[in-house]
Amino acid sequence: MGIRERLSGNEAVAYAMKQINPDVMGAYPITPSTEIPQYFSAYVDNGEVDTEFIAVESEHSAMSTCIGAEAAGARAISATSSCGLCYMTEMLYVAASSRLPITLAVCCRALSGPINIHNDHSDAMGVRDAGWIMLFAETNQEAYDNYLQAMRIGEAVGLPVMVCQDGFITSHAIENIELEETDKVKKFVGQYKPQHYLLNKDEPMAVGAFGMPAYYMEAKRQQAQAMIDAKDVIRKVGKEFGEMTGRTYGLVENFMMDDAEEAIVLIGSSAGTAKEAIRQLREQGRKVGLVKIRSFRPFPSEELAESLKNVKAFAVMDKDDSFNAHCGPIFAETSAALYAAGISAPKGINYIYGLGGRDVRVDSIKHVFSQLDKIVETGKTGETYRYLEVRE
Amino acid sequence: MKDIVEIRWHGRGGQGAKTASLLLADAAFNTGKYVQGFPEYGPERMGAPMTAYNRISSERSTVHSNIYEPDYVVVVDETLLSAVDVTAGLKKEGAIVINSGKAPEELRAKLHGYEGRVCTIDAGKISTEELGKNFPNTPMLAAIVKVSGVVEPEAFVKDMEASFKHKFASKPQVIEGNMRALKRSMEEVRIG
Repeated sequence: MGIRERLSGNEAVAYAMKQINPDVMGAYPITPSTEIPQYFSAYVDNGEVDTEFIAVESEHSAMSTCIGAEAAGARAISATSSCGLCYMTEMLYVAASSRLPITLAVCCRALSGPINIHNDHSDAMGVRDAGWIMLFAETNQEAYDNYLQAMRIGEAVGLPVMVCQDGFITSHAIENIELEETDKVKKFVGQYKPQHYLLNKDEPMAVGAFGMPAYYMEAKRQQAQAMIDAKDVIRKVGKEFGEMTGRTYGLVENFMMDDAEEAIVLIGSSAGTAKEAIRQLREQGRKVGLVKIRSFRPFPSEELAESLKNVKAFAVMDKDDSFNAHCGPIFAETSAALYAAGISAPKGINYIYGLGGRDVRVDSIKHVFSQLDKIVETGKTGETYRYLEVRE
Repeated sequence: MKDIVEIRWHGRGGQGAKTASLLLADAAFNTGKYVQGFPEYGPERMGAPMTAYNRISSERSTVHSNIYEPDYVVVVDETLLSAVDVTAGLKKEGAIVINSGKAPEELRAKLHGYEGRVCTIDAGKISTEELGKNFPNTPMLAAIVKVSGVVEPEAFVKDMEASFKHKFASKPQVIEGNMRALKRSMEEVRIG
């Protein structure tokens, strides 16, 4: 039986870290993720965990610390946001290509400029090709649950995992949450038993070696395979987690999609707001639904094609912009997923929304559905690259 | 969504409106409710107007947006009445609770024709007399509980006592002062 609590998203993630008791945390503070290492450092100081807490001078060093520790055979964690994640970027690639299953909590925040501390997904989307598994949470509960599953997933395929939640919207909001008992958590997460590690005296090895053209591409192909393999692992771990908690997870969550004629695809906390909008529209007899992407890396291409194949129109909502004069990344990849599956009937549009903390209301989502209505009525898609609720 | 109470707090940075919203969330949580308590962060600076929110419901609310049509508004600093449109969207079946020594009718004129209940509580005075310092948090929290009934008052008093005992275990005089402030506020809040 779970433990009824109320915690902010940051408290929930720090608590998950405490329950897991990893070997090393390398951390540098940045709003809005600062509270995670802050709370965790108190657990360290109180002797509630025996983690080596390494306070460093930058995010680049925080990730370097994790890389060193994980390569040595330890479980390493960190947390960051926004430009902190940017500053880590060089080392994110090293972590992934060295096949080190580090776990990184990200509280998503806009990038400069203008300087802004509020939520959007520019930071996470900016590192989407770094080779990390990326899970996104709608709620504090999902931030906690995803964190508890992250090490199982990452360690099974040898890839690092980002556990993303929306800065302030969930990181700093108190909500009800169901926590699991620590002994159950420890049993579920298990011990880290790396196949190869630097401190194994019986198997001398190098990490981060030079790769000539004769080998580099094979290394990348293996990395790509690990990401392909991660899909099944995420499903299996999500199912097993469900058996323990009653909360089952996959790559996506379909909400009222069975008979939906219009659908929204998005990531993160606005999914909850979209669900309320959909409940209200359903009361009016409207056939509308939501596909929430939980796993952005690996990208759930088959799931999206399956969910969207029968809708008449859909809107993919991106909480950042690629500035490519075309569309945001989720729309691009969703469209590619449909094309690859041979599905061309549904008409799709892209909304860039919620940048820099622009509030996303139930009415915002209803507006998107009203635009999908027009597309269904007229058969004309119109402009596919749109900004939601912006003065221009 | 039925059976949901939405509350908006207006304060100034450093006055504890955020903390009060989190305490209200705690109190409602302890009576079995689903809660949300969250601040709207601006450029943080002491004295600048800030807003915090509560959603309290018997079923989980999945909405993650600010609150535009609150059932109740709490104003922790009376000077905000001339700086912020505090009754914007406030439902007339609800109420506004203002930290002020004035009578409700005196303040109504400043509320842009708001037709609902206007309530005042001199939280500063109560706090100064009972705690020796101007911490309007506890009296404001008690006043909104009394006015809204979002938490059953008796359960609220018990819960707050337990939480003060936990928080101020080494300072029993602070527990007593806070409890007196809490009870006085529930008695002295003026509903107009």
